[in-house]
Amino acid sequence: MSAKLTREQHLELYYYMQLNRQLEDRMVRLFRQNKIVGGLYSSLGQEAVSVGTAYALEPRDWLAPMIRNIGALLVKGFPPRDIFTQHMAKYTSPTLGKDGTSHFGDLKTRHTVSPISMLGDLIPVMTGVAMAGRYLGQKIVALTWIGDGGSSTGAFHEGLNLAAAQRAPLVLILENNQWAYSTPVSRQVPVKNLADRAVAYGIRAMVVDGNDVVRVYTAAKEAVDECRASRGPILIEVKTHRMKGHAQHDPAEYVPKEMVDYWKARDPISRYEKYLIENKIWDAKAKSELDARIERLLDEDQKFSEESPMPPPELAEQGVYCDGCHTIKADWQRPKKELTPPNCSVEAAWQVPDFGGLEAEVANLKQVSSTSASSTGKPGGNGAKTPRPVVKPALQGGAKAKPEQQETGARVPFGRGPKDKSLRRPAERKQGRR
Amino acid sequence: MLEAIRQAIFEEMDRDPAVVAIGEDIGVYGGAFKVTEGLLARFGHERVIDAPIAETAIVGAACGMSYLGLRPVVEMQFIDFIACCFNQVTNFVAKSHYRWGAPVPMVLRGPSGGGVHGGPFHSANPEMYFMHTPGLKIVYPSTAYDAKGLLKSAIRDNNPVLFFEHKFLYRRIKEEIPEGEYTVPIGKAIVRREGKDLTILSYAAMAHTSLEAAEQLAKEGIDAEMIDLRTLAPLDRDTILASVKKTNKLLIVHEDTRTGGIAGEIAAVVCEGAFEDLDGPIARVTGLDTPVPYSPPLEHRFLPNTEKIVAAARELAQY
Repeated sequence: MSAKLTREQHLELYYYMQLNRQLEDRMVRLFRQNKIVGGLYSSLGQEAVSVGTAYALEPRDWLAPMIRNIGALLVKGFPPRDIFTQHMAKYTSPTLGKDGTSHFGDLKTRHTVSPISMLGDLIPVMTGVAMAGRYLGQKIVALTWIGDGGSSTGAFHEGLNLAAAQRAPLVLILENNQWAYSTPVSRQVPVKNLADRAVAYGIRAMVVDGNDVVRVYTAAKEAVDECRASRGPILIEVKTHRMKGHAQHDPAEYVPKEMVDYWKARDPISRYEKYLIENKIWDAKAKSELDARIERLLDEDQKFSEESPMPPPELAEQGVYCDGCHTIKADWQRPKKELTPPNCSVEAAWQVPDFGGLEAEVANLKQVSSTSASSTGKPGGNGAKTPRPVVKPALQGGAKAKPEQQETGARVPFGRGPKDKSLRRPAERKQGRR
Repeated sequence: MLEAIRQAIFEEMDRDPAVVAIGEDIGVYGGAFKVTEGLLARFGHERVIDAPIAETAIVGAACGMSYLGLRPVVEMQFIDFIACCFNQVTNFVAKSHYRWGAPVPMVLRGPSGGGVHGGPFHSANPEMYFMHTPGLKIVYPSTAYDAKGLLKSAIRDNNPVLFFEHKFLYRRIKEEIPEGEYTVPIGKAIVRREGKDLTILSYAAMAHTSLEAAEQLAKEGIDAEMIDLRTLAPLDRDTILASVKKTNKLLIVHEDTRTGGIAGEIAAVVCEGAFEDLDGPIARVTGLDTPVPYSPPLEHRFLPNTEKIVAAARELAQY
C-alpha cells in the first residue's frame, strides 16, 4: 500500500508539515502579543491531513481550503507571509486586509478558491469548478475539505449529490477531527464512519488514519487519479484529532484528558519522523537542514509581515464590483467547436432504461449479493483503540470490474421497497453496495 | 417578453461557448415557463444542465464554473426559491470580488411577481433582500425590448446579476423587437412619459400600471412624468434626481411589500440629493406588508393598481 514516493518527496512532506506547525506556533505567539487582529484557529495535530491530501494534486488542479488547512495552502505554493499578513490584516496580504485567516485564494496561478465561514458551501462550488474543468477539457481534479461538523449541513448533501449525479472529478476530504467546536461526533451524527454517507450518493469512499501522512497521501493520490480517469467523485474520511480548542479563546475543557493523550501519542509529525528514521530515508543532518530552512523562511516572512503597513481606510470603499479590473477568459483545452451547434446539438428526450421498475434491480441483486462484503464496519474514530489502516469499503469492488452494472444498481429508486419480503435486499448489501 | 428572454439566451450561447445554462427542468422540458425551450436540442447536455432540486448546489456550482471563466445562466424555477440558496448568493457569490478579487460572472434569473394567483410561494418580489447585499446587480425589466437587451448585458457583465422576470408580463407584453444585435446598459433608468407636475417612479409590472395611471391623470389635467427604473442596483440616482428637480413631486410605486421596499431607499436618496426641490411629501403605493395571498380578491387587495396610484397622485398634486 505504500505510496511510490521518492526520498525528495518524503522530505517535502516533512518540510510542509513542519512548516505548517512552526508557522502556526509563531502565530500563537503573535496572537498573545495582540498582533493577530481576529481569531486564530489551530490545526495542531492535523497537519498530515492538509499536507498529505494537497500533496497529491498537480499544479493545474484546484483546491479550496477550510480554516484548518493552512498546510494545504503551503503545499499549493502560497508563502508563509500570505498567512501571516492575512491574520494580521495587513495591506500586503492577498486580500489587502479585506478578509482574514485562510480566506483567500488565487484563480490564475495557484488555482485556489477562498472559503467562507459558512460550512459546506465549498462543496457545490468545487463541484462547479470540477464540472467547468471537464467542460473546458482541462483534465483537472478539484479537492476540498469538510469537517465532521460541516458534514451535517444542507450544502454538504446538496453539493455531494450534485457532484455524484454529474460524476464530477471532485475529491472531498471529510476531516473528522472529532469535534464540532465543543460537540463530539457521536452527538452530531448517528453513524460511526462518516464515510458511510457515500453509499447514499452512489460514490466511492475510503477511511484513512489522518495522522499518518503517507497513508493520507496514498489514499488522496489514488482518489485524484481515479477522478482524473473520470471515476469520481470520491469521499475520503480522515480520522484525526483537533489538539486545541475551536480557536485561541477556547481552552477545550470539554475534551476528555485521556482522549488528548491518546491522540498526542499519535502526533503526525513525530510519527513521521520515526517512520523516516526506521526506513532510513533521512538522518539527523537532513532534519536539521530542513528545520533550519523553515526557521529562515519564517524569520524572513514574519519580519516582512510585522513591518507591513495596514491598509489605507479608503480601500474599504473599493472593489464591490468588478468594473473591468479583471479580464475573464476561460482556458480552453478542447476545441470550442465541440460545444458549438450543430456539433453539440442533441435530441431533447430522456432515456430511462429500466423505466424505474424493480425487475432489473431484482435480477441485479441476485447477481451481486454474493460478492458484497461489509463496509467501513471496523471500530475507529470516536475513542478507537488502535490507529486505523486504510480501509476501502467494499463499495469499490464492483466499480472497477463492472461499472455498468454498478451504475444501474446505484441509481434504481427504491421508494419504500417491495411488499414481498423475499424481494428485500439482504442486510449486508445495505452497507456494502454503492 | 418571454420570447425576448429566450432569444437573448440563445443568441448569447451562440455567440460564446463559455455561456452555459443550469437549472431545474430547463432541458428536455424547457423550463416551467418554457423560457429555455429548444435550448437543450441546440446546445446539448454539457451546456444545458438539468440539475437536481438543490438551489444551493446549483448556485454554488455556477459560482465554481464562473471561477474558471464560464458564464453560467442559472434559472430559479420561481424566484421565490432563491431563499433556499440565500447564503450561497449573499455570502459566497456577492462577496467574492470584494473579499478576494474573484469576479463571478453569473446571471441568476427567474420568474417573479404576483397577479397570477400563485399564492405566497410563487408570487414574491424578493429583490430587496439582495438590494441590501453589496456586490450584486439587480435588473427588473418591464418591456420585451429591455428584457432582451438587459439580459445580454447581464450575461456579459463580470458581476453576479439577479435578473427578475415578472411572470405577469411573460405573455402579456408583446412588441416588435429589432432583428439585429443590441444591448441595454445595466444601471440606466428610462423616462417612459415626460411630464411636469409630478414624477411616478416604478419598475416591472407596476411600470405598466403606473403608465396607465399617468394617462388617466392626464385626462384630469395632471401631467405626470413616469420613470421605469429597469435596474435597481446600481440605482440610477441621476435620472431620479433630475426628474424630481423638474417636477418637484415624487410618487414611488412598487409591487414589493411596503416596509423595507425600495421606495424607502429612493425617498432617502431624494432627501439627500433634492430636498430643496421638493414641493410635497414623497408618496408611495406598494404591496401590503403581508405575504402575497392566493385567492383573487385577496391578491387584488394586496397589489397596487391604477386606482390606488391615481388616488395617491391626485393627493400629491394638491401640494
